Amino acid sequence: MTVATIGDRQVSVDAEGFMTNPDEWDEQLATSLAQQIGLTLEDGHWKAIRFAREDYAASGETPTLRRMATAGGVATKEMFALFPKKPAKKMSYVAGLPKPHGCV
Amino acid sequence: MKRLLILGAGTAGTIIANRLRKKLPSDDWQIVIVDEEQTHYYQPGYLFLPFGGYEPDEITRPIAPTLADGIDLHHATVELVDTDTDEVVLSGGDRLGYDQLVIATGTSPQPSEIEGLAGPEWRRSIHEFYTYDGAVALRDRLRAFTGGRLVVHVAEMPIKCPVAPMEFAFLADDYFRKLGIRPNTEILYVTSLSGAFTKPVASARLGGMLDERNIALETDFVTERVDAETKQLVSYDGREIAFDLLVTVPPNMGAEFVEKSGLGDELRHVRVDPGTFQTEEHPNVFAIGDAANLPTSKAGSVAHFAADVFVDNFLDHVAGRPMRKRFDGHANCFVEAGDGKALLIDFNYDVEPLPGRFPWARIGPLKLLEESRINHLGKLAFKPLYWKVLLPGRRLPVSSAMSLAGKVQPEISTTNQLDQEVTM
Repeated sequence: MTVATIGDRQVSVDAEGFMTNPDEWDEQLATSLAQQIGLTLEDGHWKAIRFAREDYAASGETPTLRRMATAGGVATKEMFALFPKKPAKKMSYVAGLPKPHGCV
Repeated sequence: MKRLLILGAGTAGTIIANRLRKKLPSDDWQIVIVDEEQTHYYQPGYLFLPFGGYEPDEITRPIAPTLADGIDLHHATVELVDTDTDEVVLSGGDRLGYDQLVIATGTSPQPSEIEGLAGPEWRRSIHEFYTYDGAVALRDRLRAFTGGRLVVHVAEMPIKCPVAPMEFAFLADDYFRKLGIRPNTEILYVTSLSGAFTKPVASARLGGMLDERNIALETDFVTERVDAETKQLVSYDGREIAFDLLVTVPPNMGAEFVEKSGLGDELRHVRVDPGTFQTEEHPNVFAIGDAANLPTSKAGSVAHFAADVFVDNFLDHVAGRPMRKRFDGHANCFVEAGDGKALLIDFNYDVEPLPGRFPWARIGPLKLLEESRINHLGKLAFKPLYWKVLLPGRRLPVSSAMSLAGKVQPEISTTNQLDQEVTM
């Protein structure tokens, strides 16, 4: 467990740089996290991020792409447009959530 | 007289029915099991069938003799679980009441979930081996295969037996080599995951095995559609992969009634407590085996280890006591490597597959995460054990809780991953 400086804030992160304490997250931090991976957050991003945060709070799991599409109303095509190449990972990173389980 | 109703006479349903029949007094408890099939399939055999490793009749048995005396088998399709009245609605409209319900209806491939998959090329140039019919059809196709590009494809996680597609690629490499057509055959492994497998140590080891066999790996491939006309897989980020023969693992989903009954997640797997298999909303409704949304492998070994925990808990539960045991997600899988060798992996919810010895520390005789002949023999020896020991509910000399004895945690550098992650 390490501490990283994101913007002007100290947050706990895992070995891959994902935040480990969802309570340290707020929307201002999301903007800084997005900058780290070259994204500028717009309405579409916020819709996805806010759903993911609510869903995680309710279920304890980061939503998968399928769940984003069926329950969150953000189609997979749109997720790829918002978070290019690795949408599930990038969205979790910006939303301060663990990577979704790729269950073994 | 109370009734325990079990839906599904597959691996999980059969084990718990047979175990509980020994424990629940026949004067107090009726046990009824419902399945639409007449046949019990030994599903690990599906991997070998396409390569002629088993004959079709070696991996099937009628369901009825797999169940102990005193278990009523009812052939029907489940339409709905009515949790308001504690009844299950069957095809034809019959209703079966229950005091306790266990859903064990598994998960199955759904090719219609991906555009173009179940079209005109299905069972021609596009195949799967997760069903009996599919494995037999693929065997016939492989017999006629003379070379070209084989693409082994995992559409979406989670899937049943998540190492099976990689085993298929290893066995195909070995099969083509022995036929002398490997030099004019290209093999490509395409996955939605970011590596060969999910967990770092096993992923590195299995990825290395792909390299050694000259099998190319394409990762983070989220499939948008299959173009059957040009024979290409197309991803959401615009990658196109051509194939002569596609062996796909379509998205796996639970039974339709799970969704209709309001018990499922978005893949129709039943939402349960991962420690006790109980649904949150209905204390008398449980799900076990592949049908449950447990964050571990969907595999027969998991069903078997889970049954140990479930049976003890269930006896507490029906006696009005709190359930004392919690399942740790223990999974144990042989991974066929081709050429008469196999690896073994052993893990749970929290601990990833590690190298070492199994089941006895230092002694083995089985080796974890390492190819060996004895692991392969272990996998073959499992088939008679499945029918004679596992299904009847007898004990195997393997603990249901995972053990760290005999395992070694290798040092892996994570600095590179961090760099990659932040530049994503």
